[in-house]
Amino acid sequence: MGVSDTYTRGREMVVERPMAVVVGAVGVLVLLDLARQLATGSMAVSRLLTLLTDGIVVGLAVGLAGIGLSMTYSILNFANFGHGDYVTSGAFTGWAVAYIVAGIGTVSFGDLVLIEANNIGLNISQSPVAVLLGLVAAGVGTIALSLVLDRVVYRPMRDSDGISLLIASIGVALALRYLIAFVWKTGTKGVTASPAKIDLAGVTFTSHELTLVFGSAGLMLGVHLLLQRTKLGKAMRAMADNKSLARVTGIPTERVIRMTWIIGGGLTGIAGYLLVLERGTMSFSFGWVLLLLIFAAVILGGIGSIYGAMAGGLIIGVVDAMSIIWLPSGLTRAAAFLILIVVLLIKPEGLFGGVKTA
Amino acid sequence: MSAEQEGIGARIESLFGGNDFLMVVAAMAFIYACFLAVTIAIGLNTVGTVNTLRNVTFFVAAYAMLVLALNLHWGYTGLFNIGVAGFMAVGVYTMGILTAPPGGTPPGLGLPLWVGIIGGMLGAAIVGGIAALPALRLEADYLAIVTVAFSEIIRLAVNSNTLQEFTILGTTLGTGGGRGISYPRPSEPIRAVFYQDPSSPASATTPLGESIFTFFEGFGITSSVVVDSVYTVAIILVALLFYWLLTRIGNSPFGRVLKAIREDELVASSLGKDTRLFKIKAFMVGCALMGLGGILWLGASGFVNPLSFRPNITFYIFIALIIGGAGSNTGAVLGGAVFSALLFLLPQLINQNAGQFIERGVTPDTIVGALAPIASADLLPLVAYAVENMASLRFVVVGLLLIYLMQNRPEGLLGHRSEVASAVDLSERTSRPADARPATDGGETDE
Repeated sequence: MGVSDTYTRGREMVVERPMAVVVGAVGVLVLLDLARQLATGSMAVSRLLTLLTDGIVVGLAVGLAGIGLSMTYSILNFANFGHGDYVTSGAFTGWAVAYIVAGIGTVSFGDLVLIEANNIGLNISQSPVAVLLGLVAAGVGTIALSLVLDRVVYRPMRDSDGISLLIASIGVALALRYLIAFVWKTGTKGVTASPAKIDLAGVTFTSHELTLVFGSAGLMLGVHLLLQRTKLGKAMRAMADNKSLARVTGIPTERVIRMTWIIGGGLTGIAGYLLVLERGTMSFSFGWVLLLLIFAAVILGGIGSIYGAMAGGLIIGVVDAMSIIWLPSGLTRAAAFLILIVVLLIKPEGLFGGVKTA
Repeated sequence: MSAEQEGIGARIESLFGGNDFLMVVAAMAFIYACFLAVTIAIGLNTVGTVNTLRNVTFFVAAYAMLVLALNLHWGYTGLFNIGVAGFMAVGVYTMGILTAPPGGTPPGLGLPLWVGIIGGMLGAAIVGGIAALPALRLEADYLAIVTVAFSEIIRLAVNSNTLQEFTILGTTLGTGGGRGISYPRPSEPIRAVFYQDPSSPASATTPLGESIFTFFEGFGITSSVVVDSVYTVAIILVALLFYWLLTRIGNSPFGRVLKAIREDELVASSLGKDTRLFKIKAFMVGCALMGLGGILWLGASGFVNPLSFRPNITFYIFIALIIGGAGSNTGAVLGGAVFSALLFLLPQLINQNAGQFIERGVTPDTIVGALAPIASADLLPLVAYAVENMASLRFVVVGLLLIYLMQNRPEGLLGHRSEVASAVDLSERTSRPADARPATDGGETDE
């Protein structure tokens, strides 16, 4: 701490402030414009509510998938580019199992495994058992996949730097994605039947959206309790903070890493499964396409922060859905990525930055 | 690193006496031999074979250009740029908008070709400069995410219907949205040798073109193959130019600062180098070259749409660099050749001609149909299914190769070559033990 230090900090603040001011001004303008549009009636309140709930629904799934990415980022110290394909793997495993449960005996087993039986068309209210078992299978399958991949790919590289691990994870992403394409082909699959509609406080939800909302929120609550109330949670937080120190104080780091993959992988697979339940279709690359959105959520919330991932997912989902009010439909996704870049420039540590894995 | 792995690099080196040119020639000879074997197996005629080999050469040269440009970022400077597709898109689209005829859909400015190419490079450099700003503040993996997001924003923007046509200062321009944009081909100067009107495919030939075409038609080679071949030769020359330029940059004082930044930015800045400025410059130069590479490769047909710029292409170029060995220009060329020819095109060629290898009737439609006969020890359906779906399978192989490389040989085929940083070769005089050699791998193993 010296004069020069203070001086640099002061200079940095001056450099940073204009950007933060600009971003703040844009935010205020956008909100004012929203208020104007509502006041003049050029946009109905119901439309705003629909967009908002759409954003929250997708955002919850993105946040749920982001928890795993955030955990591996903070505990294993690398950006996992294979994470999106964990999402896809979970969805395909889960839906294959759901199809088998729902259609066994009526359709050939092979078609069920390949999710090809068009007449099955699952729906939560008609076959809740199949959908629920598929959900469990999505979690369990992705946990198994994460553990195998950790054992084969990442464990031998435990001491490598983040970039080597990142590149290896790109290899994992490619191999997983095209293995799925090899088995299930590259076309888009229609998976679910149209769900029942439910009216809640003036906004229409589908039963699948509600399943996603309650499923994600419940799992997030579970993660919260795990991190705050259990010894494992404490160990994970300690490891995210300082790996060497954690090892010195007797935390079994390998076991914590295994639990990281188990929790992160399970939530990721379930997130993929629930997303497909909500949107009704999937293809071999939908998780890959989603990956940047998940990254945006995690970075926005602050890497390593579980609550950051949840909040970041919600914000990104809502921005993605609501930016249609101002932007043409092709550019809403660009708005989400722009937010990612702006956050990295203004506040690289994210909204919940400084708090690691808690 | 084990002694055995050290052996691979040393063996490759000693085989060619450290001669980069020989190494590339040998690799290309091997690639051509592989393709010839397949074309003979398929039973292609002379024209088909010539066209296949030309296509391979074109791809190798195109990849070489882009991998070399990426090597300036990742190999030399240590900037983890995975937004290559975006910068290529900026180059091609700027060129397209500048040179497209004013009456077309979408209309352009109708400027001459060379203005378009220079403009495309400048556009890519400027956008690269903007994208580099985060590079000044962020760690490597954040930069990776920023560049890939940047590249997606660019792709979404050119795909957007809103920018399909727009009017600035009374002039209507556009990106064409999802329909794409048409503009004069970058090969027009070459076509001008053969055709009186280089922009029209039905134009009359020049006397020189006429005689060349007649000569090759004697071998059954059509005029379009001849023109494409000459364009391919031009691309090879540009790739050589890239190689020369980047080697010059690498050995210049500027390049030595870049390598110093890669090894340890703190030290470089402690020596009084403005590392931020160096990073921005390196990023802009690399992006300009990516723009040019994009124009000459993806923009070669005189038409382009956003589908060409999906993030996959970035990852292919990146993987090619990793295979070749980041930090080595020869490695970049070799990696580009190995990836584009052997891992990308060869499986595609086999896939397209799958029927030649295995009878159509045997090939099952699904993996289940392919696996079921295994119970009766019949492996043919599975093999047929694998050949039929080679397009997917090749990327599984690429992914596994990438994992293998990162675990066992992160420096790639030709990484870890000692770089002479001093003007005079001092390596003879060092009395250092062999295992204490300085890191030339981008500080890969450093924590």
